[in-house]
Amino acid sequence: MGYDLHFNVIWRNWDKLWGGLLLSLELAVLSIGIGIVIGLTLAVAHVSGNRWVRGAIATYVEAIRNVPLILLVYLVFYGLPQAVDIRYGATTSFVATLSIYAGAYLVEVFRSGLEAIPQGQLDAGRAIGLTPWQRFAHVRLPAMTRITLPALSNTFISLFKDTSVASVIAVPELTWGAQWINLNTFRIVEAYLIATAMYLVTGYVLLFLLRRLERRFRIARHA
Amino acid sequence: MLDAMLYALPFLMEGLWVTIEVSFLTVSISLAVGVVLGVALIYGPLPLRLLVRLFSDTIRGIPILVLIFFVYYGFPAIGIDLASFWAAVTALTLFKTAQVIEYVRGAVQSIPQGQTEAAMAIGLTFRERLTNVIFPQAMRRFLPPWINGVTDAVKGSALVSLLGVTDMMYSINQVIGRTYEALPLYILGAAIYFIINYSLSALSRRLERRFSFVQA
Repeated sequence: MGYDLHFNVIWRNWDKLWGGLLLSLELAVLSIGIGIVIGLTLAVAHVSGNRWVRGAIATYVEAIRNVPLILLVYLVFYGLPQAVDIRYGATTSFVATLSIYAGAYLVEVFRSGLEAIPQGQLDAGRAIGLTPWQRFAHVRLPAMTRITLPALSNTFISLFKDTSVASVIAVPELTWGAQWINLNTFRIVEAYLIATAMYLVTGYVLLFLLRRLERRFRIARHA
Repeated sequence: MLDAMLYALPFLMEGLWVTIEVSFLTVSISLAVGVVLGVALIYGPLPLRLLVRLFSDTIRGIPILVLIFFVYYGFPAIGIDLASFWAAVTALTLFKTAQVIEYVRGAVQSIPQGQTEAAMAIGLTFRERLTNVIFPQAMRRFLPPWINGVTDAVKGSALVSLLGVTDMMYSINQVIGRTYEALPLYILGAAIYFIINYSLSALSRRLERRFSFVQA
């Protein structure tokens, strides 16, 4: 008992936490960006592909979703370089891992989004003479974006929290920043109190902004 | 590659046991506490409802990894000094409880208001209404996401290795520390996690199909 809180060491090392938070956000944005590309491509392939394509995509989705993220992070960073001759840093390695991870979750999101578009809209597109590509770009994609937006923002926030796992391979994000302060000053309670508060505040600010965005793009249910 | 896997298997099985222990404790404690708090969130007086809402929203806003470190390193400062195993279980349970609360809320609120009114009309007490009318129906909505959430607990338990708890993740890293064969071991570990979690999510999907006749 009798632990006195001293926050001045935290403010002295504030750049570790603030820089860490910015990197966490950057990792989350990059990963969801690449994840969206993976997810969308595979969702379209799933909807229009044959049995083998569907099987391959399902294997990818299930393989990623049923394994802990931390194991995937280790696997890509420590395991993969033993088999293939590529060099990459911890940050690149983590972005790759989190993107592949995000992709597996987003395939399902986009797939159900694509399937939720009423057939009548696609028929209408065909009736006015749109090519398949035009039907995709002007009918399917906009409608799907609106349907999937809430799921996308939830995924983004959960990816933001998942970036904390990057600390295990020493990517200098927010959790690593807290660990650094602990290692160098032993003010562990303060470090994690502040880091936790930063995750919470950032998460809820993001949630607030994304919900506003969703409202703006929501499909009007009432005429 | 196969040699490395065969060598590691006994160590991994010991770790797997700890992984199962952590997951089992997390899942069962959070189920008990979560259902009680979930009911409190729906039927409790306003201050209690706000308290549960605050708890759930706060916990769900924190990364699990940070929560684990916080409980292990931060709680001793307020006089709660837990061994690494129990700190890990506590942190994971807190997180899972918040999830269970939301599952319960979703499931119970999916039951039409008319059911409660009918139960009141025939003179059932609050407890009878819950156990005989609401819960049996809400169960169908609760079970599939909850079982699916068990896979989250198993996956989340891999993080306890960072506190030095010798779960499967930790055992894998220990063996790699001796043999320097990272790739085969991580693949083997991934396969074991996959088998456990895939069976659970397959069960969840089956239940969901079975209960899909319930339309709210």
